[in-house]
Amino acid sequence: MNKPAMPNSFRTGPDEQGMFGIFGGRFVAETLMPLILDLEEQWNKAKNDPEFKAELQNLSTHYAGRPSKLYFAEGLTKHLGGAKVYFKREDLNHTGSHKINNCLGQILLAKRMGKKRIIAETGAGQHGVASATVAARFGYPCVVYMGATDVARQSPNVFRMKLLGAEVRPVTAGHGTLKDAMNEALRDWVTNVEDTYYLIGTAAGPHPYPELVRDFQSVIGTEARAQILEQEGRLPDVIIAAVGGGSNAIGLFHPFLDDKDVRIIGIEAGGCGLDGVEHCASMNAGKPGVLHGNRTYLLQNADGQILDGHSISAGLDYPGVGPEHSWLRDSGRVQYEPILDDEALEAFQLTTRVEGIIPALESAHAIAHAMKIVPKMDKDQIVIVNLSGRGDKDVHTVANMLGMEI
Amino acid sequence: MTTRIDRRMAKLKAEGRPALVTYFMAGDPDYDTALAIMKALPGAGSDIIELGMPFSDPMADGPAIQAAGLRALKGGQTLAKTLKMASEFRAGDDETPIVLMGYYNPIYIYGVDRFLADAKASGIDGLIVVDLPPEMDEELCIPALKAGVNFIRLATPTTDDKRLPKVLENTSGFVYYVSMTGITGSALADTAKVSAAVTRIKGHTALPVCVGFGVKTAEQARVIGASADGVVVGTAIVNAIANVLGPKGEKTADPAEAVATLVSGLAQGVRSARLAAAE
Repeated sequence: MNKPAMPNSFRTGPDEQGMFGIFGGRFVAETLMPLILDLEEQWNKAKNDPEFKAELQNLSTHYAGRPSKLYFAEGLTKHLGGAKVYFKREDLNHTGSHKINNCLGQILLAKRMGKKRIIAETGAGQHGVASATVAARFGYPCVVYMGATDVARQSPNVFRMKLLGAEVRPVTAGHGTLKDAMNEALRDWVTNVEDTYYLIGTAAGPHPYPELVRDFQSVIGTEARAQILEQEGRLPDVIIAAVGGGSNAIGLFHPFLDDKDVRIIGIEAGGCGLDGVEHCASMNAGKPGVLHGNRTYLLQNADGQILDGHSISAGLDYPGVGPEHSWLRDSGRVQYEPILDDEALEAFQLTTRVEGIIPALESAHAIAHAMKIVPKMDKDQIVIVNLSGRGDKDVHTVANMLGMEI
Repeated sequence: MTTRIDRRMAKLKAEGRPALVTYFMAGDPDYDTALAIMKALPGAGSDIIELGMPFSDPMADGPAIQAAGLRALKGGQTLAKTLKMASEFRAGDDETPIVLMGYYNPIYIYGVDRFLADAKASGIDGLIVVDLPPEMDEELCIPALKAGVNFIRLATPTTDDKRLPKVLENTSGFVYYVSMTGITGSALADTAKVSAAVTRIKGHTALPVCVGFGVKTAEQARVIGASADGVVVGTAIVNAIANVLGPKGEKTADPAEAVATLVSGLAQGVRSARLAAAE
């Protein structure tokens, strides 16, 4: 039989050109190339430097509050009546999401590189807040690009960023969402190459960003793996995370990729359904293309023009995905499923009521999938869901969806 | 093998003047108007035509060219139509070189081999693809060179002497020097610095060096043209088109005429460049 050869390990990518199979790469303007090569060099030095690792470890513990807990969600487990559900509590981190893991790592890189100014893009505002936070902590001026639509629907986070001293620049191009914010951040970077560090928030963009963001986020999976072994004496049967750009997901997944008996599921934003254009399920409904420095699955038309997509969740409202996810999809190691806006909203409400935890709408997508599969599983099976962030920022959106005024 | 670009550059060198390279967006504001603009360019003094391929997410472009791309896409422009436009132009002009400029994704989706075959058949002479640095040469640059289409590389202020040979390695036609770190349509950089950069690049290559990003007036074209082999003007032309469009996209004057007037002025600037330099 000529089955495609499975790699010995799923954890060795990317290659020297920054490729995961055909995905990834360095599709950027020449102006940015020397910066990206410099970043790669500095990153390779930093990741093997005990001093860098010690400083990051110290900040993770005392500033961000790591390790985050692995919590047995007893209420949800009882309600669903199947496998045991655990939440990896990234919502308990400082700033309220997994984004701080990456921002602490990258701000230390920026410091090593002698940069003077931080720029970032944000969708839900979680990465913007985390960027503004580390910029405040380390004394950098910070500009956050945010789509105008997102500025409107994530106003609490916009105010937090401003309090933290960041300048939030609304982007009106396109639908005014994450894609447009990323275009504008790249335009800033190409203009201010000398002194500016671009703090990308997800495991996407030109090499080495997908790799370094993944490595900073892999603390999630490394901890979860050790915690479940300690608490249950074995590995989980299923792990689930929501995928926008995919940084919380790759952070949870990566340490489990070579555990062949662990089923790994990434959840895309199904929006109003995959039949129309109102969704962000690039791996279920898109095809490979090149945008924002990498080749990956993208929502696009027959002419290669990028579509805007839609999700109730600003953090998932992106027509692409990190390149490693595209590779994991094609290799079959990870399964990617869509969850609709309505299903996420239901999971948001259920989790709030039976667990007393208000999850971010992004994380609610992952919980919604657990709600589908857990009842069909045995009671001695284990599912870990990445609770990537807290949902305080989403209360206005949810109230709106439920037809309530606050 | 010489291309139309090689022949045009050699001819201008013999005449002792730099080339005027004009950029505008294919399909802006609609197919027929854009074709009329294109046909008017050589007569107005354009030596090389850069034909923009609209893309939904033009990361290296300023507001003017972003808007032009959106107008074109809204008007139904596609890569296939851009190639058709080039071939219609080519039917009446077999001399003026056409360089397609844009981003990789529409080409990738069209299919590289199919694209190169169709581009060649449409009379395309060169390609400038912003998001394909030399590290990604296998994607399109090498196939284009094999197909006999020039691949014109951008060199920038961040391309230092160490990196320059890598950037120039598979470049042909001419080298496009980006005058500043920034997006299209920004203010022109210090012209003395630009001249120094052109001299630096010429130390590494025998190819002509054209300078773009920020050149908007005849006077700027004259100053830049004193040292460069060519001057690229884009945003100013795109603005000339936008200026004769009303709030709903209706034409308040003839865009082709507006562009021709601007380009004639720029051509005078370019033509006086070396005279001024010699004085």
